[in-house]
Amino acid sequence: MTDILRYAIELGAVLLLALGIKGLSKVRSARGANQLAAVAMALAVLGLLFNSLATTGISASAWIWILLGTLAGGVLGAITAQRVPMTSMPETVALFNGCGGMSSLLVALAAALYPQALEATGAVALVSIVVSVFVGAITFTGSIVAMAKLQGWLSTPGWMQSRLRHAVNIALAVLALIGAIEMLRTSGGATGLWIVVIASGLLGIGVTLPIGGADMPVVISLLNSYSGVAAAAAGFVVGSQLLIVAGAMVGAAGLILTQVMCDGMNRSLLSVLFGGALGASATSGGGGGEYTNITSCSTEECALTLEAAERVVIVPGYGLAVAQAQHTLREVTRVLESAGIDVTYAIHPVAGRMPGHMNVLLAEADVPYEQLIEMDQINPEFPATDVVLVLGANDVVNPQAKSDPSSPLYGMPVLDVQEARTVFVVKRGMSAGYSGIKNDLFELANTSMVFGDAKKVLGDLLVELKDLGLGKT
Amino acid sequence: MDPTFVEFLWVLLLGSLLGLELIGKVPPTLHTPLMSGANAISGITVLAALTAIIKAGDNIVLLLLGSVSLGFALFNVIGGFLVTDRMLAMFSRKPARKENR
Repeated sequence: MTDILRYAIELGAVLLLALGIKGLSKVRSARGANQLAAVAMALAVLGLLFNSLATTGISASAWIWILLGTLAGGVLGAITAQRVPMTSMPETVALFNGCGGMSSLLVALAAALYPQALEATGAVALVSIVVSVFVGAITFTGSIVAMAKLQGWLSTPGWMQSRLRHAVNIALAVLALIGAIEMLRTSGGATGLWIVVIASGLLGIGVTLPIGGADMPVVISLLNSYSGVAAAAAGFVVGSQLLIVAGAMVGAAGLILTQVMCDGMNRSLLSVLFGGALGASATSGGGGGEYTNITSCSTEECALTLEAAERVVIVPGYGLAVAQAQHTLREVTRVLESAGIDVTYAIHPVAGRMPGHMNVLLAEADVPYEQLIEMDQINPEFPATDVVLVLGANDVVNPQAKSDPSSPLYGMPVLDVQEARTVFVVKRGMSAGYSGIKNDLFELANTSMVFGDAKKVLGDLLVELKDLGLGKT
Repeated sequence: MDPTFVEFLWVLLLGSLLGLELIGKVPPTLHTPLMSGANAISGITVLAALTAIIKAGDNIVLLLLGSVSLGFALFNVIGGFLVTDRMLAMFSRKPARKENR
């Protein structure tokens, strides 16, 4: 009887998880779907606990350890989720993801050290353990490195950018393989196990460390997929079908999402992982060069031009996110709108260095969803646009991507802002974007640079616009 | 071949296909929340951690490993779902707040 109940609960949980993932892909249903997935997770956990109570029972000491783990993880997770600013979402996802990988790794370790207790004996269990340890360790160290790089705590050491890193990584992969073989040969020997743990942990670092900030979200998405694979492998270890299904779903869905992100940047997954084409040109200086013919202007001139405009398009980028200027931007656009100026936002698929990052930030600042226009829809509109305000975006508005076949950016879809009558680029200085490539847009006659931190420039702009009598209702 | 193992392979295959099918078309707006939500679901390893603790008996190392694993997994799950909800709440509450101003 308990078996039937267990299967019913597991099937129900799988169904709800699937509906959750499905619902997460539509704006209207997304929030409910996320809650549905959370309910499914709770159901799965309660189902497991009840099933254990009904069959083997749960000892008092087990309850204590369950409670300890739950309290520590739950409280820290809740606090982190509440505290973290919206601008550091990519890092946060990386951190959570790494911990998921660590969890799979630890379970596999436990099963490898005490196979009898966890009924994880035999060749199948051993292979599952190896896979879980390997993928779990890579997910953990890779995600932590990704987080540290995005936070600016880590930078890539020089030798890591050379070809030497490939040799090192291959050596580590071979070492992990040797450990795995050793472990299978000795049917679970500890030496092989620790070799796998250490080699795959280092491999996660070695693979992630050379990847530039621009490509990091792709890597995070890929690691997210890995953590699903690690969970599925852990499912094989402890014999849980629910774990296998959920892990496989996340693994597959993560892969699709990774592909979508790569498409948005016109990069292949292989070149992100192994090529580092963009990063390499940044160091060698190829495609770089000095700027000539730069026009810069004050916020006052910018305000005057904006006041005279009828159609304004805002192009937000990573600089806006870093400066946390989304709220100030919203105030500026409110003032413009109150003066009858048509304001829309052009959202490049990878603006903010994480697909959808800009949408989240602008939504936080109460920008109506309908005003966020995707690249394909907004591009034909630029010739009819009076003013484009580029805020901390660079590579996504580089015309080289369409005009210069020798450019490393060539072929990447970009926003055709140069078609507009006037372009203002708000930027802290003349430094290159993530790709390290010179942006021809800045030299065009209809482009003016407004130097400064996005938040400060927008604040000044707001004052100037109000001085001009805008926004008085 | 172990029949349960074959069964597990089928489950793995069908689960993967389901995952590929589920998110065919996603508006870019939802990429970050979807990634974050899927990431929370990958914390389903709580089940594995719980199993390890329950089967540990009085093996203190196993209890400790299971408990730490549970902590990591729950950090992933709770944090992941809450942070996703925080992001998505911004999409849904918008119209109401606009009227207030």
